[in-house]
Amino acid sequence: MDWSATLHGLIGGVLIGLSATWLMATLGRIAGISGILGQLFTVRPQGDSAWRLAFLAGLVSGPLVLMLAGGGLGNVVGAPGKVIGEPAGGVALMLVAGLLVGLGTSLGSGCTSGHGVCGLARLSPRSLVATITFLVAAIVTVYVVRHMIGGGA
Amino acid sequence: MKTSHLKTLAGYIAGLIFGLGLAISGMTDPARVLGFLDVAGAWDPTLVFVLGGAVVTNFIGYRLVLRRPNPLFGERFQLPTRQDLDGRLIGGAALFGIGWGLSGYCPGPAFASIAGLTLPLAAMLVAMIAGWFLARAVPTSAR
Repeated sequence: MDWSATLHGLIGGVLIGLSATWLMATLGRIAGISGILGQLFTVRPQGDSAWRLAFLAGLVSGPLVLMLAGGGLGNVVGAPGKVIGEPAGGVALMLVAGLLVGLGTSLGSGCTSGHGVCGLARLSPRSLVATITFLVAAIVTVYVVRHMIGGGA
Repeated sequence: MKTSHLKTLAGYIAGLIFGLGLAISGMTDPARVLGFLDVAGAWDPTLVFVLGGAVVTNFIGYRLVLRRPNPLFGERFQLPTRQDLDGRLIGGAALFGIGWGLSGYCPGPAFASIAGLTLPLAAMLVAMIAGWFLARAVPTSAR
């Protein structure tokens, strides 16, 4: 096992958990990215968009800070220290994937952060079912793409 | 400092820590995520530690925070109240999982990777936003 990657994962995970706790402590909000970002476009909540924009600016500046700081704190496969990895496919694949991710997270009321990080921490049965469902669907998808069709992602 | 400014600052800090967490953990690398999802290949357990670390930390954090009557800069805690399972939740989660498995991107890492924007990532983000609008056309009767 790659212990460096594991340690990076654990430290990063704790930071993500702290962020979610902080957002609840200060603003009383669930740290669900699909909701924070999606509702900014679709609902355009009056008087409730400044913190969302600020959160998203922070979300982008996190990796940016690491890139500018250098020091190799990223955890990209095969390129230790690199912060942002390359996409796993071309434009056509990403258009299909993006549409499914957008549609699915909206219908399913959340993604890895809202259901996974926040919902599981609240012991929400809906989030537990959603998390198991998207994990199984993603594992089956990767199996089909890599081991049955071969190639692709 | 006005409360509205404190709210905005608190939101930025939350996003910054979240973004740092995603980057340090390697979730801004689709290969890291796909390596975890590929259970029949050279399995990469990193995501287990990311999600586990985040959930355990936040589980403890929520227990402490939710003892308070209200958040520091808000009127009330806005928590989901629904407990029922329905086709929308499960079908939506399944569609999301397929998209996640095809790309290795879920919404957080996709957006957080903008500093390393590529054409496929831009396509992913635009299509994701289109998907959010498309979902609004799906009738809500399936409850």
